[in-house]
Amino acid sequence: MSTTRQLRGGTRWALSLNAFLVYLFFYAPIALLVFYSFSDDPLVGRWGGFTLGWYRDFGENQEVQNALSVSVKVAIISTLVSVVLGTMAALALERYRFRGNRFFDALLYLPVIVPDVTMAVMMLLFFTEGLSLVNTVFGTNLAKGLATVSLSHIAFSISFVSIVVRARLNGMNEKLEEAAQDLYASRWQAFRHVTLPQIMPGVVGGGLLALTLSLDDVVITQFVSGPGATTLPVYVFGLIRRGVSPLINAVSVVMLAASILLVVLSLVAQRARGESAA
Amino acid sequence: MKFKRLLRMLALLAAFTVVAAACGGSDSASGGGDGSGADCEAGETDGDLAIFNWSEYMDPDLKTAFTDEFGVNVTEDNYDSNEAMQPIISAGGSGYDFIVPSDYMVSILIDEGDIQALNKDAIPNIGNLLPEFASGLPFDPDATYTAPYQWGTTGLGVDLSVTGEDVPRSWGLVFDGDLAAEYNLEGSYATLLNDPRETMGAALKYLGYSLNTTSDAELDEAKKLIIDAKDRLTAYESDQYDELLVTGESVVAHGYSGNFIVQFGEAENADDYTYFVPDEGGTRWVDNMAIPADAPHPCTAHTFINFLLDAERGAQLTNWNFYASPNEAAGEFIDPEVLEDPIVYPTDTSKLEFISDTGDFEINFSDAFIEAKG
Repeated sequence: MSTTRQLRGGTRWALSLNAFLVYLFFYAPIALLVFYSFSDDPLVGRWGGFTLGWYRDFGENQEVQNALSVSVKVAIISTLVSVVLGTMAALALERYRFRGNRFFDALLYLPVIVPDVTMAVMMLLFFTEGLSLVNTVFGTNLAKGLATVSLSHIAFSISFVSIVVRARLNGMNEKLEEAAQDLYASRWQAFRHVTLPQIMPGVVGGGLLALTLSLDDVVITQFVSGPGATTLPVYVFGLIRRGVSPLINAVSVVMLAASILLVVLSLVAQRARGESAA
Repeated sequence: MKFKRLLRMLALLAAFTVVAAACGGSDSASGGGDGSGADCEAGETDGDLAIFNWSEYMDPDLKTAFTDEFGVNVTEDNYDSNEAMQPIISAGGSGYDFIVPSDYMVSILIDEGDIQALNKDAIPNIGNLLPEFASGLPFDPDATYTAPYQWGTTGLGVDLSVTGEDVPRSWGLVFDGDLAAEYNLEGSYATLLNDPRETMGAALKYLGYSLNTTSDAELDEAKKLIIDAKDRLTAYESDQYDELLVTGESVVAHGYSGNFIVQFGEAENADDYTYFVPDEGGTRWVDNMAIPADAPHPCTAHTFINFLLDAERGAQLTNWNFYASPNEAAGEFIDPEVLEDPIVYPTDTSKLEFISDTGDFEINFSDAFIEAKG
């Protein structure tokens, strides 16, 4: 507050304008997307009167429903697994010193900086070679599908989860854990009752990030998916090529609403925890 | 310090790329069709069918009908371009039994050994094809690997509310400024496809040459024509040319027949728009049915190809997706309004050419197009 009062008129005005423009830049496309999802005109960008028809199409279109269910399954599996593995990796790298620590540290950042397409091609080759090896050795008949998509999402999500969790661990007082162990808590008890509650916001944040990344990904998914494992964003991407219809807007609005709901829920959950602890 | 870390990461990345490239190399060498065709009988199925196709290209009722008739499940996944499909099939182990590559992509898939020869004994309905399709197309000269799925043309979509009804059916609307001016075409009003073969081809056709020319002089002339048209172009656009046309962003659009017919059908003032292949000629393209070399269920795939080549099924497909059918026997079952629609079925096919692989000359098309675009 005090800083705003110190700003001179011109600066203040410029800053507000800047803030306004930034928000406009962020939210105007989303507002348009939502607006045209209610338009009764098959062409996006032309208002043809109010309708809920595109949402009905969304509910009735079997292909969309299949893609949605694949997306949800993959997102849930990859989030749960990557949260556990990512948190473990963060703990190991942050709390222990071991040979190759720095090497693994660098390795963990790799999926964050490698371009999606490169990652996608590496995964495609890995799964293709891997599956054909497994199939020849064990005489099985495994193919790419839901499992390979989930695995690849886990692979790129772990890094993001562990980065977020590490930031939280970094800000936490290590002495708390030592104190717990001085009071005869086992390592597990110390983790469960002291460390985990402390880093929980990081774990939840990392989880949400993983969930979003999984729900958003097109490039990697497209490469590693197999028969019957088309996710919603990949399906939408294919549809766009045949012309943008407001059905895509309706699908996007539903996904947007779901993401907002998730964020709100996590905020509420964190707040409730904070209050009960106090 | 930071720089050192970055360097180390880059080194790692390089190592991965080398490994990946090595894997890729060994893979493409091992795969491949043997040219003899799968050992299947007509109507035989060997498991569920996995389709990999363009989106909104297959009538869902046909999949249900196939399940009802043969008792196998059908799953379909979609791709948005030949280039998105190709690496997945080429890597091997995709799990797909049935794919629909376009003409030039067929050549690539054959060269890479990614699709298998068809066993014609298992596809008796192949006799339903029009003779011009049955005898093999430039990308698969002996019709060994593919059977045509649907076909269409590349031409011009025009907004008649600007030009008037009596617009000449000519590439000159884009390439001849004086002709264009007679029909209210001023400023920048046209889009051309962002595709070297299609757009150089259009200019070649206007000049009266073959779009498969291997003459440097002819190509050079076509290039100059496109450079001269620069001021009249709003964009080189391959995806949204049809939307730009019906939203008034352009008046003349170079593009594919099926996209225009779908877009016009949805427009309020559908009568304001038309599509034609100019009288000088244009491209005829074909999407084809093929079976990946390592398809898990090749016999089901053969049976499915035979199923789609059935006269009534073929007609059902065209009535659903508004692309022309290569199936001669299907003609009598196709809705008359589709069959008589000159957008779907051009009245004169003699001026149409398939884009064929010009081999080493292909690079000249790309170069000329890049220079033309400036």
